[in-house]
Amino acid sequence: MNKPVLRVQDLAVTFTSYTGNLFQRRQRQLRAVDGINFELNPGETLGIVGESGSGKSTLARAILGLIAPGRGRVMWNGEELTGLDEEALRQKRKELQIVFQDPVASLDPRMTAGDIIAEPLWTFYPNMERLQVEERTRGMMKVVGLLPNQINRYPHEFSGGQCQRIGIARSLVLNPKLLICDEPVSALDVSIQAQIINLLKDLQNKLGLALIFIAHDLSVVRHISDRVMVMYMGQAMEVSDKTKLYRRPLHPYTNALMKSVPVPDPKLAAAARQDSWLTGDMPSPYRRPKGCIFHNRCPFRVKRCEADIPALRRMEDGDWVACHRAEELDLSIQVAASG
Amino acid sequence: MKPEAETKGLDLTVEDPFAEVFVEKDVRGRSLWLDAWQRMLKNKAAVVSGVIMLVMVLMVIFGPMLLPWEPDYTDWDNTASPPSMETRHWFGTDAVGRDILVRTLEGGRISLLVGLVATLVSLVIGVSYGAVAGYYGGMTDRVMMRVVDIIYALPFMFFVILLMVVFGRNIVLIFVAIGAVNWLDMARIVRGQTLSLKNTEFVEAARACGVDHRAIILRHIIPNLLGVVMVYVTLTIPQVILVESFLSFLGLGVQEPMSSWGALVNDGAQDMESAPWTLVFPAAFLTVTLYCFNYIGDGMRDALDPKDHL
Amino acid sequence: MPLLSISNLEVEFETAEGVVKAVNGMTFDVFEGETLAIVGESGAGKSQLVLSFMGLLAENGSVSGEAKFRGEDLLQMKPRELNRIRGRHIAMIFQDPMTSLNPFLSIEKQMTEVVRHHQGLSREEARAHAVEMLRAVRIPDPEERIKQYPHEYSGGMRQRVMIAIGLLCAPELLIADEPSTALDVTVQAQITELVGELRKKTKMALVLITHDLAAVAEISDRIIVMYAGEAVETGTVDEIFYSPQHPYTRGLIASVPRLDRISDDELQAIPGNPPNLLELPIGCNFRDRCSEATEQCLERPPVWRATSGRTSRCFQGIEGGEIVNE
Repeated sequence: MNKPVLRVQDLAVTFTSYTGNLFQRRQRQLRAVDGINFELNPGETLGIVGESGSGKSTLARAILGLIAPGRGRVMWNGEELTGLDEEALRQKRKELQIVFQDPVASLDPRMTAGDIIAEPLWTFYPNMERLQVEERTRGMMKVVGLLPNQINRYPHEFSGGQCQRIGIARSLVLNPKLLICDEPVSALDVSIQAQIINLLKDLQNKLGLALIFIAHDLSVVRHISDRVMVMYMGQAMEVSDKTKLYRRPLHPYTNALMKSVPVPDPKLAAAARQDSWLTGDMPSPYRRPKGCIFHNRCPFRVKRCEADIPALRRMEDGDWVACHRAEELDLSIQVAASG
Repeated sequence: MKPEAETKGLDLTVEDPFAEVFVEKDVRGRSLWLDAWQRMLKNKAAVVSGVIMLVMVLMVIFGPMLLPWEPDYTDWDNTASPPSMETRHWFGTDAVGRDILVRTLEGGRISLLVGLVATLVSLVIGVSYGAVAGYYGGMTDRVMMRVVDIIYALPFMFFVILLMVVFGRNIVLIFVAIGAVNWLDMARIVRGQTLSLKNTEFVEAARACGVDHRAIILRHIIPNLLGVVMVYVTLTIPQVILVESFLSFLGLGVQEPMSSWGALVNDGAQDMESAPWTLVFPAAFLTVTLYCFNYIGDGMRDALDPKDHL
Repeated sequence: MPLLSISNLEVEFETAEGVVKAVNGMTFDVFEGETLAIVGESGAGKSQLVLSFMGLLAENGSVSGEAKFRGEDLLQMKPRELNRIRGRHIAMIFQDPMTSLNPFLSIEKQMTEVVRHHQGLSREEARAHAVEMLRAVRIPDPEERIKQYPHEYSGGMRQRVMIAIGLLCAPELLIADEPSTALDVTVQAQITELVGELRKKTKMALVLITHDLAAVAEISDRIIVMYAGEAVETGTVDEIFYSPQHPYTRGLIASVPRLDRISDDELQAIPGNPPNLLELPIGCNFRDRCSEATEQCLERPPVWRATSGRTSRCFQGIEGGEIVNE
C-alpha cells in the first residue's frame, strides 16, 4: 500500500461577520468547512463536488494555507502544514499548487504569458539564468499544448481555454507534488472543457501528481477522479470509489446531483426530468437545519433525520456516507449499456 | 544551494494531443498599454492637446534663450507699449518696459515646473502610501488612513499662509506645501484601487505561487492601478498650476524678479484698462495649458477604460 | 407571419486591430409560441446577434440588414420606439443576475417600476401583479420576499426574479442569454424546467442562447448552431440531436459529458480553440478544427437545404437536399 501524501484531519474553517449597527454589534459565525477528513495517495485523484456555498473552494484554500483553518490539521508527507509560519509555508508552495476557476481573472492582464509562467521560477530561483528561465517557460508551454512562440502575448489575446492552459503551466512549472484544481473548467465552453480535463489527466499520469479536482457538476469529475467526495454545507456527505458512486450512489444528495446533470438527448431529457426531485435552494448557512443538514430537501427523510445528526460512517465496502438510511435505500442509476 | 541542482528534476516533456505545429518565430504581443495608446491616438482632442503641450514645453524651455530680451531688462523707450513688430516686443511690454513674451515664457517655466514637481511628489508618496495601506489592510490601513484624514482636515490656505509667514516666501516652500496636500487624494484613490485589486484572482494566484508581499505590490498591484493614477496625474497638474497661480495672485507665490503665470496675471490685472495685453497673453497661456491637460486626461481615461467591447 | 424575422443581419466592430465581423449574414425567423435555441462557443457571435437588433451594441459596433418584429424593422427604429418595444414586447434575461439588478433598490421597487412605466398601473395593482409573477417563478413567500434586496437572494433566486421581471409585461418574445450558465447544475435544471413551463402557459416565443447543447435539449423546438458569426446548421431539435449533419454539431454533442452511459474513455473535445475572428482560416471557418476536413474545404462551403427546411453549411451536404447559395 502507498503511504498517503496528504492527510486532512477534522479540518474546519469558520468565517465571522458582523451585522447590526454602531451600538449593537452582532457576531455571526459561518461554518464554511466543517470537519472534513480524507487522505490522498500519490498519483491519486480525489474529485470534490458540491453546489456553490458547499465550502469546496474554501477547503482547497485551507489545505494550501491561503486561509487559516479554525480547527484540524493538514499533514503533508508527515509534516504538519497547519501552524507553519508564513515563510515556511511559502517554501511549501513549491510542492502544493492550485489552478483557479476563472482562467482570465487569474492571470495578471499586464503580464505576458511567458512572465506569468516564469513568475514562480523568479520567486524560488532568483539566481536562475534568464535564458534558462525562458527555455523552461517555453518547455512548459509545449507541455500544456500552447505554441511556445506565443510567449510574448498577453492574456487578452488568448481564448478562455488557452488562458486556462497558461494557468496550468504556471502551477506546474515548479514541479509540484500536489495540484488542486478549483473548478478549472466551469467557466469554459462545454466543447473546450474536455480538452482541459484530458490534459490534466494526461499530465497527472506522466508526472505522478496527486490531484484534487473540484467541480459543481458530477459529470465533469467522472473521467478524472479515482474517488469522489460530495460536499454539502461544509460537510462531506459521501466519499466513494468512482465506479461505485456513479452506479449506485449511497447518499440521496449524490443521487440528486447526478439527476440534475442535463442529458444531450431530447427524449431522454424529458424522461430524466420526470424523476428529478431536488427542490429549493441550500438553506442559509446561518440557519443550519437541525438533525441531518440535508433533510429539508430530501425526499427520503424520516422522523429520525430531523433530530439526529448522521455521522460520516464507513460502509462495508470501504466507502463513507453520512445518511441514516444508506443501507436500505437503493439509489442505483439506470445506465445505457455502452457509450 | 545551486539553482542547477534544484531545478534538475524540473524537466518534463509530455505530449499533448492538442499540441499544434510549432512555429519558430515569436509572435509579438499587444499589451494593454499599447492598445490604450492606439486608442488615444484616435482621440483628436487629446492628440492636438498633446502636441500643443509639447510645443508649449519646448517654447518655455528654449524660447527665452532665443528671444532678444532678458526677462528683467527694462526697455525705457517702450514702456507699456502695445504688441508691435517694429519694437520687436511682439506681446508688448509692461509698465516698466519688460517684454511680456519673454516674461510669459519665463513664468511658464515656473508654473509648469511647480505642476510637474508637486505632482511627482504627490505621485510617489501617494502611490506607495496608498498601496501599502490598501494591501496590508486591517490595523495598518486604519492607522494610515486616519493620519490622512487628520492632515486633510487642516485648512490648506491657512496652512500655506502660515508656512509663508514663518519661513518667508520661497519657491521650494510652494512645492512642499502643494505636494504635502495633493498626495492625500492620490493615497485615497490608490488605496481604494488596491483594495479591489488585492481580492482579484491573479493576486491570489501570485500568493499561491509563493510570491512575497513586496513583489506582489510592485509587480501586480502597482502596474494595474497605474492607469487610474495616470489619469489622475494629468488632472492634478492643471489643478496644481491653478493653486500656484492663486497663491501668486494673492501675493503669496513666487517673488520678483522670478515670475509665474499666476503672478503675471496678477500684474496684468492691475493694468487691465490701460494695457490689456499684459493680462491677455499670460492668461491665454495659462488657459490653453489647463484645457490641454484636461483633454489629455479625458482622452487617457477613455483610452484606458474603453466602452467598446466585442 | 413570423413574430421576428431576421434577414441578412451583419454586425461589425471597429477594434484597434481592425474591423471584426462578429455576425456574418444571419437569416432566420422566430414564430409565435416556439422556442428557438442559438448554440455556439464563445466568440460565435450569438450574443452580439441578439444585442444588435435590441439596440444594445457597444459603441464601436454597427449593424446592417433587417430585423422585423411584427413587420416593423427594429434596426430602423428611433431609440424611443425601440424602448417601447423592449420590455413591453420583447424582454431579455442576461447571464449574470446580480449585475442586472440594482443592488440599492428593493425587488418590489424594481419590479413595479417596470409595470407602472409600461402599463400605467397604480402602485397597488403593480405590486399585486409583481407578487403574482414571483409566485409564478416559484419564489416561496412572495409577499414577504418582495420587500427584500437583491443581495438577500441566492443566485438561483435572483435569476428567478430576473425571469419574473422579464415576464411582467407579458412579452411576446423572451430572449434569454445563457440564463443558467453561472448557476449550479441543480439550479440550472430548475431554471430550465421553469422557463419551459412558463412558455407553455403563456404562449410567448422564447430565444435561448447557450454554449451547452444539453441544457436546451428538452425545451427547444428548433436549434441554430453558430460558428464564427455564421449559422452552420439549423433544424428541429430532433434533427439536430438524432441526425446532426455538420461536423461541428456532432462535435458539440459528443463533447457533453454524460452520466447515463458507462464509458471510461477519454472525454471527447473539439480540438483547438474558438476562432479568432481576425484570423479566420481560408475556406471553411471550421476547417482547422474539423476532423473530417478535406482539400475541398479550402473553399467556402455551400449551404445545403433539405425539404424539411433544415440547413447545413458543409460540403458533405444533406441527403436529399440541394445547394441554396453560392
